[in-house]
Amino acid sequence: MTLFFNRRDLVVPGDLLAEGDYEAGSNVYKDGSRLYATRVGLLEVEDNKISVIALNSFYVPKPGDLVIGDIVDVGVGSWAVDIRAPRLAVLRAVDAFNRPFRPDRDELMRFLTVGDTIIAKVKAYDRTRNPMLTLGEPGLGKITSGRLVRITPSKVPRLIGKKGSMISMLKRETGCQIVIGMNGVVLVRCKRPEDEELLVEAIEKIERESHVEGLTDRVARMIRRRKGLAA
Amino acid sequence: MQHERPKLIDDEGRRVDGRGPTDLRPIHIEVDVLANADGSAYVEQGGTKVLAAVYGPKEIHPRHLGLPDRAVLRCRYHMAPFSVEQRKSPAPSRREIEISKVVREALEPALFLEHYPRTAIDVFVEVLQADGGTRCASITAASLALADAGIPMRDLVAACAAGKVDGILVLDLCDSEDKYGEADVPFAMMPGLGRITLLQMDGMLTPEELKECIRLAMEGCRKIYNMQKEALRERFVRIRREVEAAEAGEGGGQA
Repeated sequence: MTLFFNRRDLVVPGDLLAEGDYEAGSNVYKDGSRLYATRVGLLEVEDNKISVIALNSFYVPKPGDLVIGDIVDVGVGSWAVDIRAPRLAVLRAVDAFNRPFRPDRDELMRFLTVGDTIIAKVKAYDRTRNPMLTLGEPGLGKITSGRLVRITPSKVPRLIGKKGSMISMLKRETGCQIVIGMNGVVLVRCKRPEDEELLVEAIEKIERESHVEGLTDRVARMIRRRKGLAA
Repeated sequence: MQHERPKLIDDEGRRVDGRGPTDLRPIHIEVDVLANADGSAYVEQGGTKVLAAVYGPKEIHPRHLGLPDRAVLRCRYHMAPFSVEQRKSPAPSRREIEISKVVREALEPALFLEHYPRTAIDVFVEVLQADGGTRCASITAASLALADAGIPMRDLVAACAAGKVDGILVLDLCDSEDKYGEADVPFAMMPGLGRITLLQMDGMLTPEELKECIRLAMEGCRKIYNMQKEALRERFVRIRREVEAAEAGEGGGQA
């Protein structure tokens, strides 16, 4: 049982992380008793489980995830939605209307059309078929106002922070509404444009500097400094 | 024959560019150089300059090209018209199509294609300047671009050629050595796992010489592999340094 790196060390694909009776967590590949990193990221050790928190990734849908996506096609009884995952998601009319779909009366184009952006929830995904979305919950549906910021999906947990510390700090300091899609698309709605600018800048800072310690404090300081200058 | 080809090794045992037999050319690697690709890398190896861009995994079009059990890796190796002395037609040649296949097969073992059925991963490699060893530099760059795109990999793939020039076994052939030498052995491997993903040979070697070439190339690949890892880390290490410098400046300003 040997560990070749320390916690929070920067590792790259092919790095031999550990050898012995460890469990492979996310972004780690086990070959016999050797564990290798499969992505660029920070090493995390939890009891016997070794994982890598990726610094670059793409979104893999998980049932229950809130996502923000663009309608790219309108079908006979469903829409195709780009949620920045390897495959297009399907939003069936039944899951959008929350009642049976009546082809003779309901016209899909009138409800959502190509170019619209929606907040939706992943209903099902099992790798073999395209992910399915639903709008059948409060807070979901078409986005009519705000600004979208795109970040790497693996950095969403950093944007939320421990028990939501980062996101609640951002909301408190800027007074904006923030909706985070697990696919790395963030919707911000602000009353004043200068708050919006500041918030977008803060989110970009979080994405860029997520691997350097003391992130929440640094972002809070940056926001206060900028607000101090503006006032 | 001897009179029409240049002397490739001088009396002191130096090669045309002044290297010793087992020296690599100077290598420069950069990662994340293109904003619009999911991942990208730029590699310079002596006079050879290549740029690689990666997209995906993404929905495959046309749909019927998708495989039900794994992702499709698509590679395009292309030489820019200005990459060689005589303008090259930009249309893909027989050679480029073949190298595209060879690059793809050298990268495939490093990826977990079975995790993303019915999708495609696209790799584009553009040779900006050719001075021998372009397929190897392409593999080196493409594997970095894949890692930069956040596509899970078993290991990075490093590539390097070995060969025989004026009767001497040498590492990392340049264009004139490739053209006028006796043999060229392009080679790629996953050094961390010790697995070979590309082995070609053009020319004549004895079995012993081939074995020695492979040993040489493996050594070259290991050196390139360390530079690849360094380049992948560099981007994040630089941000950390910048942040720390800014912190220090801020602390000083407040005091």
